[in-house]
Amino acid sequence: MSGHEHRDDYGAKLGMWLFLFTELLLFGGLFLLYAVYLKRYPHEFATGGKQLNWVLGSVNTVILLTSSLAAAMAVTAIQRGEARRTVALLGGTILCAAGFMAIKYVEWSSKFGHGIYPGSEHLKAGPPGESVFFSLYFLSTGIHGLHVVIGAILLGWIAFKVRGGELHAGNNILLENGALYWHLVDLIWIFIFPLYYLIL
Amino acid sequence: MDQHQPHIVSYTRLIGIWLALLVLTALTVAITRVELGGYKVVGALAVACAKAGLVIAVFMHMKYEGVLLRWLLFLAFVTLAVFIGFTFFDVLYR
Repeated sequence: MSGHEHRDDYGAKLGMWLFLFTELLLFGGLFLLYAVYLKRYPHEFATGGKQLNWVLGSVNTVILLTSSLAAAMAVTAIQRGEARRTVALLGGTILCAAGFMAIKYVEWSSKFGHGIYPGSEHLKAGPPGESVFFSLYFLSTGIHGLHVVIGAILLGWIAFKVRGGELHAGNNILLENGALYWHLVDLIWIFIFPLYYLIL
Repeated sequence: MDQHQPHIVSYTRLIGIWLALLVLTALTVAITRVELGGYKVVGALAVACAKAGLVIAVFMHMKYEGVLLRWLLFLAFVTLAVFIGFTFFDVLYR
């Protein structure tokens, strides 16, 4: 679109960052719950954490970091006017998101198979600390997974707009903000991964 | 400040950051597989913070943003630190 349109890219980016701060506080609250209960039930948390598969967690970390790279490169691509490459890179990000969710599905269903899910008989019969650990695990990875799905849909919609020529080098704030959202998803996982899969 | 000059980050720089993030991931896994006791918690969190810093600075372009966004980010971190810190004053000395 040519001519004068009223846009405030800086304001749009500022608004996005303010939204991301509220997201940080949301996940910050979950990490705080984790820390307080870890102090109260260190042994039960250790038993719970050892039941998580750190190899799958590591693979998912690599996938998510790669998806973030693709999203960041997509921003560079659109700024350089490389529309086709932008769409391809966004496709790469979405592919990584799908891989991440597939692994998450395998992890969750294996836990469900062992009778471990919020409110399950197995957890009710066990020590309360273990039940708290898995409740927090499902809550944190669940809300994070929801963000992955939303982010993938958002970037898919943006990719269509890039392909249609609506977003280009001169008007790319929507893509920049979409990428910012995606990096936040990555950022949260950077903390979930060591806390749940590694340190216990 | 409103005259926002888009800063284009080169592909090579982005790939360099990605490689650094992969190395740091391998490092966290390595230090938590050996028994270091309490140090592994501190070590893993320190590495996670370093990774977060790289993502925010380069992938999220914070390094190239103006003062307003930087201060707001700082404010968000301070808020987070205050509510986590004060909760622990309560929890640890109850």
